Amino acid sequence: MNLDRLANRASPPLGGFNLTFLAIEVRRLVRNRRTLLITIVVPVILFELFKVNRKLAAASSSEFGPAFSMVGIAVYGSMLAASAGGARVAIERALGWSRQLRLTPLRPAAYIAIKLVTAMLLGLVSVVVVFVLGANDGVDLPIATWLTIGLLAWLTSLVFAALGLFLGYLLPSENALQVIGPLVGVLSLVGGLFIPLSLMPDLVQQIAPFTPTYGVVEIARFPLVGGSFDVLWLVNVVGWTAAFGVLAALLFRRDTRRT
Amino acid sequence: MHAVDGIDLRLELGEIAALLGPNGAGKTTTIDMILGLGAPDTGTVRVLGMQPREAISRGLVAAVLQSGGLLKDITVRETVRLTASLYVTSQPVDEVLDRAGILAIANRLVGSCSGGEQQRLRFAMALLPDPALMALDEPTSGMDVEGRRDFWTAIRQDAEQGRTVLFATHYLEEADAYADRIILLREGRIVADGTAAEVRSLSAGRSVRANLAGADKAALAALPGVRSVELRGDRVLIQTTDSDAVARYLLTATAAHDVEVVTQNLEDAFLALTSDEPGPAAVRTPAGTAA
Repeated sequence: MNLDRLANRASPPLGGFNLTFLAIEVRRLVRNRRTLLITIVVPVILFELFKVNRKLAAASSSEFGPAFSMVGIAVYGSMLAASAGGARVAIERALGWSRQLRLTPLRPAAYIAIKLVTAMLLGLVSVVVVFVLGANDGVDLPIATWLTIGLLAWLTSLVFAALGLFLGYLLPSENALQVIGPLVGVLSLVGGLFIPLSLMPDLVQQIAPFTPTYGVVEIARFPLVGGSFDVLWLVNVVGWTAAFGVLAALLFRRDTRRT
Repeated sequence: MHAVDGIDLRLELGEIAALLGPNGAGKTTTIDMILGLGAPDTGTVRVLGMQPREAISRGLVAAVLQSGGLLKDITVRETVRLTASLYVTSQPVDEVLDRAGILAIANRLVGSCSGGEQQRLRFAMALLPDPALMALDEPTSGMDVEGRRDFWTAIRQDAEQGRTVLFATHYLEEADAYADRIILLREGRIVADGTAAEVRSLSAGRSVRANLAGADKAALAALPGVRSVELRGDRVLIQTTDSDAVARYLLTATAAHDVEVVTQNLEDAFLALTSDEPGPAAVRTPAGTAA
């Protein structure tokens, strides 16, 4: 070993974040039946379930029309996929892979970034699947509106990628995914993703604005519904993302200190 | 209670050193500190003159740890490719697979590899940055005899290129067979530090036996290094740290015959040094520059 050679060694750029790593992570997702089930099968089932609802709604009022319902399900799918993706850190912690990675130049922030990006990719798949179903089912929107809604439904799911990371660092591996399914389901129902809030009991209508699903779906539906943009939606999204992000970061630090 | 208390350790470039001690002696804690996985309460750890984390980040230090888990849903080659992508410069993937002896199973899913194969995969990953220091914590536990031998052959061949290797083990024969230097730990302190022969001689040295009628016990006991002299009829048994001096005296100054010099085995030294009596001081003064 030649000491001159050692002097030239450098740390990786971007803390080790790179496309090879990302590609292998994506391949892992594709191979995993559970992630495919969550990102594709669950939104498809929900979409079919609410079909009857939409038919009835389409006849009565445009507000509760097929597009309105479709966006709700797309946001739900994107959230479920993103949170499940984030929660995969729980499995990697349990395996000891996180500890193995600490023997490499990979920075913790780059690891989190990889997990967030893959979680968001899963979310994007869900959005696209639901949109294809919607278009097939007669939802007819200008191309710009498709793109805007799609982008909003997808980007706001960052809230849930952060929630997934938080739960992934909070809970043991198997529990994380088991908690996420029902949790995202209940939050989606209360946040008005499946059934319009105006048809819900008063209590739910009062709680809804404080749930982490509310801001996301209201923003995603805004291009569709129009009217005035409520700043509180944005406050809701930013607030919950920050809260989950900070909690995840705190737990992550606790996790790496314990050796 | 400290797992490690006052360890002063300097490694030479190209040295293969073993941290040997019973469970709970502080081996893993020491290796974790070298890797920056744990920080000392007081004192400093510098590897190649830099913070441990910095040395890892630059690919100068690599490790094989038992606690480090592997992803089961990717192949052996994908695992190495992923790890290689994290380094600025790394050895070719297939080359390290070959050196670790797992090229033939490169396309196998990690989940279906044996414990020994997974351990060699960890070794392949550690080879990627061509590190100056390779740390291994109990690298062969859980391997069968053949797996253990293959693993050490690979390590040994690799170290011939001039890499510094530090491994923790509680297998005496491993430390004896593969290390140039043995650092014996007990309750977080170094109780012996030297070559296997030096560590052996530390506990009880060697024993010299001979047939000698009418031996002069006082004269024998006065020889340098002699710890005890025992007479059993015409047979003398002498415990000494300088067996050469005793043998020379017996053969030149007395009528002794059938002289035998018996080395204490490392296990005797290990037991003597890691049992409850206070251990002797280290044989070797730490010197030279850190690896």
